[in-house]
Amino acid sequence: MGVMATAESYVLAIGTKKGLWLATSPDRKEWSLSGPHFLMSEVPSIGIDTREGRTRIMVGVRSEHWGPTVFHSDDLGRTWTEPENGAISFPDGTDAALERIWQIYPDAESRPGVVWAGCEPISVWKSTDGGEHFELNRGLWDHPHRGEWGAGYGGAAAHSIVVDPTGEKVHVAMSTGGVYRSLDGGGSWEPRNKGISAYFMPDPNPEFGQCVHKIAADAAVDGRLYAQNHHGVYRSDDDAESWESIAEGLPADFGFVMMTHPRRAGTAWVIPLKADGERIPPDGKLAVHRTGDAGASWTRLDAGLPEPEYNAVLRDAACVDAAEPAGVYFGTRGGCVYASPDEGDHFSEVASHLPDVLCVRAAAVPAALLPDRR
Amino acid sequence: MTAAMSVPVEAPITVVLPSVLQPLAGGQSILTAPAEKAVTVEWLLDRVTGDYPALSRRLRDETGTVRRYVNIYVNGNEIRGLQGLVTAVAPGQEVLIIQSVAGG
Repeated sequence: MGVMATAESYVLAIGTKKGLWLATSPDRKEWSLSGPHFLMSEVPSIGIDTREGRTRIMVGVRSEHWGPTVFHSDDLGRTWTEPENGAISFPDGTDAALERIWQIYPDAESRPGVVWAGCEPISVWKSTDGGEHFELNRGLWDHPHRGEWGAGYGGAAAHSIVVDPTGEKVHVAMSTGGVYRSLDGGGSWEPRNKGISAYFMPDPNPEFGQCVHKIAADAAVDGRLYAQNHHGVYRSDDDAESWESIAEGLPADFGFVMMTHPRRAGTAWVIPLKADGERIPPDGKLAVHRTGDAGASWTRLDAGLPEPEYNAVLRDAACVDAAEPAGVYFGTRGGCVYASPDEGDHFSEVASHLPDVLCVRAAAVPAALLPDRR
Repeated sequence: MTAAMSVPVEAPITVVLPSVLQPLAGGQSILTAPAEKAVTVEWLLDRVTGDYPALSRRLRDETGTVRRYVNIYVNGNEIRGLQGLVTAVAPGQEVLIIQSVAGG
């Protein structure tokens, strides 16, 4: 998504275990918080779609009692709409029921209206009407590997979707199952995990079965992807044909987050956790790590972050915006949310003591859209 | 001579919704379905939620299974302890839908 030229402000949507909060800011330093929306429902996925001159916030909501659904708002949360027949619903014959929406991914500017979703059970969905109705991707649903995919602690889900500018190359990551690639826009899928370790399996280098926590594409280098694995940080320069470690220089190779710059080649961020068995920031010192050279080196960024901090940051509880310079945002399972207006050099606290943060998404929006403070 | 005629007695079955779901039923707290004979809970849910698909999704998933923390009571008994969705409901009876105690 491009940088907006009009007078703009910023919206940060914070999905938590018990509802959604919306933060707005004129400068990404001072924030006003409103909420909760959907109190007592978890919000594990958010998509902010700023294409076609409209700002649509889509949220995957899940009530422990009443199940999952998708709402959208075109007025920054003043009102929410749920499509009458549900945006995502498993079709007859699948004998499956939607458990949770893990990912809502607006496609490229050149494909307005196209929104992808990744869900539990492991499935990928595509909407062509701005996220109001999604269709199940049958190629992945009917994949012969399905019976061998497993569930991570949080459930079995497709949690990352990356679509290249042409729309033909689509990468999906699932836990557990690993990375799958389609070269025909999602029609057919093949595993692409060569080089990614699955140390927890009898064969640590299987064709599939890896527990990839998050993938993201380099915005400026065709074919380059980054992956935060369940131990292991990787880069691919060949559309996931092969992966190589870029973990050297990080304090730990465990974590859930992988973010890439909206425009600049070689720039990515991770938030390391100590280990599978110690899911806390290393030594209780929370920090974001940024590379500007595609993982050859990393810079520790902790200005403005608290110490000590013993809460983890989940895979979608971190994001970047598309502004210049890019903003970096993340929230912890302890309910603290931080924002940086300068690509991670300095952070400030947006909110604290919220429920566990599951997802954050941010975007520059026209200032005129901002709601009154509530 | 007067012919004896058997006229079916139609007594509505009432379904009582918890307050949190009432906005999905146009603000109604009670939905009714006319019934001349015993029906199943499944038939009843299909009938009363037919005009309210969002309400239907709150109660049952795509496979038709009642959601785990949704309790449906017939004669004071939760249907999982009866015959589930094929539990019979007689004309005039009241069915209660109550969310279970869950969450942290």
